[in-house]
Amino acid sequence: MSGFFEYVGQCMPQLFMGMKFTLLMTVCALVLAVIIGMVACLFSISKMKPLNWISGIYLSVIRGTPLMVQAFFIYFGLTSALGIRISAFNAAILVLCLNAGAYLSEIFRSGIAAVNKGQMEAARSLGLPYGVAMRKIILPQAIRIVIPSVLNQFIITLKDTSILSVIGCGELMRQGQQIIAYNFRAFETYTIVAVMYYIVVVVLTKVFQVIERGLANK
Amino acid sequence: MIKVKVEQLKKSFGSLEVLKGIDLEVKEGEVVCLIGPSGSGKSTFLRCLNKLEETTAGTVIVDDNDITDPKCNINKVRENIGMVFQQFNLFPHLSVLENIMLAPVDRKKMTKAEAKETAERLLATVGLAEKAGEYPPNLSGGQQQRVAIARALAMNPDIMLFDEPTSALDPEMVGEVLEVMKQLAKDGMTMIVVTHEMGFAREVADRVIFMDGGYIVEQGTPDAVFGNPQNKRTQDFLNKVL
Repeated sequence: MSGFFEYVGQCMPQLFMGMKFTLLMTVCALVLAVIIGMVACLFSISKMKPLNWISGIYLSVIRGTPLMVQAFFIYFGLTSALGIRISAFNAAILVLCLNAGAYLSEIFRSGIAAVNKGQMEAARSLGLPYGVAMRKIILPQAIRIVIPSVLNQFIITLKDTSILSVIGCGELMRQGQQIIAYNFRAFETYTIVAVMYYIVVVVLTKVFQVIERGLANK
Repeated sequence: MIKVKVEQLKKSFGSLEVLKGIDLEVKEGEVVCLIGPSGSGKSTFLRCLNKLEETTAGTVIVDDNDITDPKCNINKVRENIGMVFQQFNLFPHLSVLENIMLAPVDRKKMTKAEAKETAERLLATVGLAEKAGEYPPNLSGGQQQRVAIARALAMNPDIMLFDEPTSALDPEMVGEVLEVMKQLAKDGMTMIVVTHEMGFAREVADRVIFMDGGYIVEQGTPDAVFGNPQNKRTQDFLNKVL
């Protein structure tokens, strides 16, 4: 057993670096994903048909294809078709934010739909224009409704970064694979990798619970 | 002076025609109560008066504005028409005071201080001065509905629409809301009220309108409609509810 802990100590510098990448990718991707999700959501509830189509196609493509295929398509397919080169890290963020953005836009849309129809009617009957009613009445309530689902999506995205190891950006999963390629100690290494993901997710879940409770009491 | 003038108003939801040609004029200061069985089109009619429902045909003229005209600035017209809903529809994330202040500050460009003063005065008139800082979910139904009335009055409207304002209330709270409405009627507000409170209609209305099947079937003074209904359908309805 002491051999195991010694091995943990040996792996840690590399795996920690991997975890740093994982977290950095997650944060960058999610910041963009929230923006993309909001825009796609506005498109899908807009009264303008072409905007509905754009968001509809985007959603169905992202939902209808696996994340790994999206990663290969963008990193290898699109870059060679367009004759450009982007780093694996940038490609990974692009894939993740497009992917999470689609799911977030659906979460946002469902949150807006969950606000009682009477709220919009009451706001409009006071003479407030649609945009003001949306901003001051509907969105503040929708945000509160969607927070648990949004935080859940954050955790899913964090775990999805491991799939991006296939295009070779140096996040946690990739670092684990490299260690194993070198020493063949798959059982111990994957155990350590899994535990690291687990700890981060559990800690984040706890933090999110505190945030949710804080908002619920407001 | 005519406040509301409706001519041959029709409204369909898909293939279902809910209003089949309504004509109505409401004078300044008049209190009109709409009664009738559920599904008769009363609420739909009321909601056509501030364009919460798009009309299918006919004209609706409110304060000399033809709101069925696509060029009409409906937001401006709505500032002058207060509406009170069956389900109150207070904004749950805003305090009672903020609920009332929101529209005057945003639309009438009142300063916060002016709007607060107005809101406090209105809260006092509906008997809820001490609830200014509360949030709507902490109030009883009757209190919420009185706040909703104050919120509508804060825009200083000429016309008030009430869509079954007491139907969602526990029986012991109906009275407090009707009291506020009676006072409003006494102060000369033009009111159009969809209601199942026949006692209120009888006591407060200048005119009672009985609707059924998308038409105005009968109208007249409360005494005439309740005391001596002419139409068979009015008689049947009143027999059931009185």
